[in-house]
Amino acid sequence: MVTSTATSSRPPLWRDVRVLRVTFQLAVLVAVVAFASYLYDNLLANDVELDFGFLDQQAGIRLAYTDLHPSDTVLAAILTGLRSTITVALLGIVLTLVLGTLIGIARLSGNWVVRRVAGTYVEVLRNLPPLLAIVFVNAAALASLPPIQEANTIGDVLVVSVSEFGVVTLASDGNGWAYVAVLALAVLAAVALGTWRRRVEARTGAPARAWLWGGAVVGAAAVIGYVALSAPVVLSRPRVEGLSVVGGARMGLPFVAVLVGLVLYTSSHVAEIVRGSILAVPRGQTEAAAAIGLSPGQRLRHVVLPQAFRIATPPIINQCLNLTKNTSLGVAVAFAETMGVTNTIIGNGQPAIPAILVAMGLYLVLSLSISLVANVANHRLRLVER
Amino acid sequence: MEIATGTLAEPIAPPEPEPPRRDLTPAQWVRANLASTPLNVLLTVVVGLIAAWAAYRLLRWVFVTGDWAIVRVNLKLFMVGFYPADQLWRLWAAGYVMVAAVAFAGGAVTVAVRRPIEAVAGADTPGSTARPGAGRRVLDALHRFWPAVLGVIAILSFTRTLLPTIGVLGALVVGVVAAAAGTRTPARLRRWSPLIVVVGLIVALQIVIGGGDQTGWDDWGGLHLVVSATVAGIALAFPLGLLLALGRRSSLPAIRIVSTGYIEGFRAVPLVTLLFLGQYMIGFMFPNTIEPPSFLVRAVIAITLFEAAYIAEIVRGGLQAVPRGQVEAAQAIGLSPVGVMRLVVLPQALRAVIPAMVGQFISLFKDTSLLAIVGFFELIEVSDAVTKQDAFRGQGLRPLALAFVGLIYWAGCSTMSRESQRLERRLGVGER
Repeated sequence: MVTSTATSSRPPLWRDVRVLRVTFQLAVLVAVVAFASYLYDNLLANDVELDFGFLDQQAGIRLAYTDLHPSDTVLAAILTGLRSTITVALLGIVLTLVLGTLIGIARLSGNWVVRRVAGTYVEVLRNLPPLLAIVFVNAAALASLPPIQEANTIGDVLVVSVSEFGVVTLASDGNGWAYVAVLALAVLAAVALGTWRRRVEARTGAPARAWLWGGAVVGAAAVIGYVALSAPVVLSRPRVEGLSVVGGARMGLPFVAVLVGLVLYTSSHVAEIVRGSILAVPRGQTEAAAAIGLSPGQRLRHVVLPQAFRIATPPIINQCLNLTKNTSLGVAVAFAETMGVTNTIIGNGQPAIPAILVAMGLYLVLSLSISLVANVANHRLRLVER
Repeated sequence: MEIATGTLAEPIAPPEPEPPRRDLTPAQWVRANLASTPLNVLLTVVVGLIAAWAAYRLLRWVFVTGDWAIVRVNLKLFMVGFYPADQLWRLWAAGYVMVAAVAFAGGAVTVAVRRPIEAVAGADTPGSTARPGAGRRVLDALHRFWPAVLGVIAILSFTRTLLPTIGVLGALVVGVVAAAAGTRTPARLRRWSPLIVVVGLIVALQIVIGGGDQTGWDDWGGLHLVVSATVAGIALAFPLGLLLALGRRSSLPAIRIVSTGYIEGFRAVPLVTLLFLGQYMIGFMFPNTIEPPSFLVRAVIAITLFEAAYIAEIVRGGLQAVPRGQVEAAQAIGLSPVGVMRLVVLPQALRAVIPAMVGQFISLFKDTSLLAIVGFFELIEVSDAVTKQDAFRGQGLRPLALAFVGLIYWAGCSTMSRESQRLERRLGVGER
């Protein structure tokens, strides 16, 4: 009797859930570790060292539009590539958000022509590979743009040629940073003023006009600072001198091809997100807003857009992440971003596997930082439900 | 670090806003849609003029100024790369097998989806069960598949013999017949229809690589390479992604950590880096005694590992959407953990994520263009190679060749995306 109760309370080992759980996990861990160590041994056995000492060697390459010297280290070269990645990603994200939002709203326009044009834009670009967009922009520019000697100059703000582009920028003469500091202080003051005005509105009912007050503060600071610092920033206009562009922001064709290609592609996705998010706000919200007497503009600004924004934020950040990762497609048009530089370095005889692992590590850090921002934003924007 | 895919997925856009049901006279329609306010009139004129100018330039480029000889002469390169001409029948045969298998399974699935809907809706829409006439059905099919039809017609317009056209028409007939056979399958056999696709895949693969070393995999090119890599990627990445998703939701901490690390790690790096790493490193994953896998196999492994992470997140979204009560009810009737997953959770989870999954397959199709970067004779690479031929060098023909490549990609992606939206509406995924 005693033995039979003992066996019934304890199932045999191979049917004991606790034993099975531990065994299965151990088996998976052992398999993962065994695979990794096998791969490592196999690499060593084939004379592939996972040694990162090459990062300190001379890179021996030059990169257009950077001050990288051939005597600089491999690490410096890859980090220069990373800077190009970040530049094109940031610029691309800003342009994509503006263009994507405009087209997303245009798709919901009451105007048939606008709606159709925006729809065609989205349906064409969304269904093409981003690599094709980049390569096509590059090829079309090569086939149709004039050489630098006959560059098109558009209103002193844009120089377009097949080898180089120039865009007007702000340049500073030493007092620039002081001016930026003044503007930053003014913005802080405007935010503080706005908060105070809103409190007053909540207490007394007098209209806050926070944007009006804030704008006035920033505008006044901008004018006074500009005069007091004796014109700290000036417009730097691009012009052609000899065989290159002088002044403004200079860009090579690969940079422009990657930027334009990715903006065209990603903005079509952002447009769909914007449209979907606006349509996803329940109709009842608009009707309720109309019922309490808000005008169409007020309904959009105070009721529909804030909610649509909340729905749209996570997928839009996802698209920003995609755009950042897609900058690596620049390899195809010889754009010197992280992967492109890594590829060049491998071509110069540096070890391939460690170099690619370094590049992957940099992309990993970049992506995870964007994800971190996304999660913080997501958390702050979350609707607190009862 | 962890992103909830449930919220990251693109919001499901409801269908286009319906035009007002009232019958407007043309004048009323113009007033409502083009000229409701003075600003609107201006918008119509400005945007309309720009659009008309762009359309005129595009049409002129396509039909008047563009010299498409570069595509006409090199059509074989675009389609199959350097595949030996005397072995081409293998691709045709494999294509026929795949068309038949997919159409059969598609027919069976459609009827399985449609029956319950009609059973509910049949009462108040009496006309829905009556079969429309043949002409009407051809028109419907054209409307449904017009991007694919446009792509195929564009390709066929560049052929110099009638044979490819006859071949495509034959495939169309096979497809229609197989789909009709699929809809007539008895209900109890219908659940095996996905298996038909798997069998078709294996048979097609056998036909294509049956040529032995005459057709080395690394010499594959053009559309054939792209489609093969896409099919292989989907077939391999889907099971792996499913396992990873289950692993990430597992109650066993070690499994969860390994799966989560894999998913987040692979999602954080670009595919390009993985393709490069794969070309250099996958050879070392195998013992020195066997021959290292071919470059194409390495690329397909890299694509599979990458896409599996994304598919895992999509499946996880579906798993999260299955109410807990379903699991508890399944446990209450005494199903084993595997039974709960297989019979209750997965069917609901996978059904809910079909549209997102098709979206990921479209991404995979687009991502095969990256094969060009690691040196394969992919469509974009073909467009580069043909502009370096003696007859076409230095004439700025690359945009033209790329436009043809773009049309092929666009036709494929667009068709899949339209079908996924249609499926989404039929399944009513967005409405629950």
